[in-house]
Amino acid sequence: MTPEEKAAFLRRRRSRNLAMLAALGALVALFYVITIAKMAHPA
Amino acid sequence: MVETVKGGAAPLHYSADPSEVRDWLQLLKPRVMSLVVFTGLVGLVVAPGHLHPVLAATAIFCIALGAGAAGAINMWYDRDIDAVMRRTQGRPIPSGKIEAHAALSYGVVLSILSVLIMSLATNWVAGAALAGSIGFYVFVYTMWLKRRTPQNIVIGGAAGAFPPIIGWAAVTGSITLEPLVLFAIIFIWTPPHFWALSLWAHADYEKAGVPMLPVVSGARETRRQILVYTLLLAPLGLAPWALGFAGPAYAVVAGLLGLGFLYYAITVWRDPQDAAGRSLTNDAPARRTFRFSLLYLALLFAALALEHLVLR
Repeated sequence: MTPEEKAAFLRRRRSRNLAMLAALGALVALFYVITIAKMAHPA
Repeated sequence: MVETVKGGAAPLHYSADPSEVRDWLQLLKPRVMSLVVFTGLVGLVVAPGHLHPVLAATAIFCIALGAGAAGAINMWYDRDIDAVMRRTQGRPIPSGKIEAHAALSYGVVLSILSVLIMSLATNWVAGAALAGSIGFYVFVYTMWLKRRTPQNIVIGGAAGAFPPIIGWAAVTGSITLEPLVLFAIIFIWTPPHFWALSLWAHADYEKAGVPMLPVVSGARETRRQILVYTLLLAPLGLAPWALGFAGPAYAVVAGLLGLGFLYYAITVWRDPQDAAGRSLTNDAPARRTFRFSLLYLALLFAALALEHLVLR
């Protein structure tokens, strides 16, 4: 792997990891707001 | 490739994974998602009752996520034919950016997640309807019908017709006649919509061995079938008004759109063609009909939702 390929690989991995972090964070936030909404208007 | 971390500790592995975030998003077929989200939203808007806005937004998100997950599983299963069709060669799996097994895992995990969140946020009927739509698209359309019968689009179209049912069920917790009518409209709309496209894209399907109607029965029969289904669709579009859950404004829009679709279907049917049924106009009427079909469904459902929000 050349230095350029290695840099490109590290950049791709970093962006994938950040996307995964954002998705997990969004999931936590979603479960939180679902819970609040269900508590406000119980079925 | 393996390198050693400074100091001679554990080796650092560099996999050759060339995927970018946009490749994973492409697996979810975002362009298909827009229509699914829109029709699901209309089902949710016209349903009687109230759903907390957060839960309504969650329901729409789950419909989109479920549709995307089913798309990812479809890309996993169809990777062999995607590789030979020009339109799909650049997809993440055939282009080597994402491995097939990773795409399958991604699709399955997102499918389960979408159904669970839908069930928790709204109700189990909506969750079951979402699971049914994913299962129908993956098992009935993709794995069973698509490669076996020219009726693949007719029956498989049901998968794309589920969203209004899911949206309705999210609000009411039940599935009644009204969402089934909306289901029927999309179900009958799908064949002329896709067959118009397949009239000029059939060479790709032929190369991939997918038995689309123009490949199996020829272009002439396909044009006739487009007209037959449009003749069914035009009056069916008026059914929400006839059954009393849409008003006269919707009826006017649906009537005009139905006549418009019928006009375009007739131009396809009368398209100048050679003895083998090949178009002499480069399928210009079919291209126009395909574009109008998209407009038809968007305006029909928009009219239903707007009338409900503004006039009722």
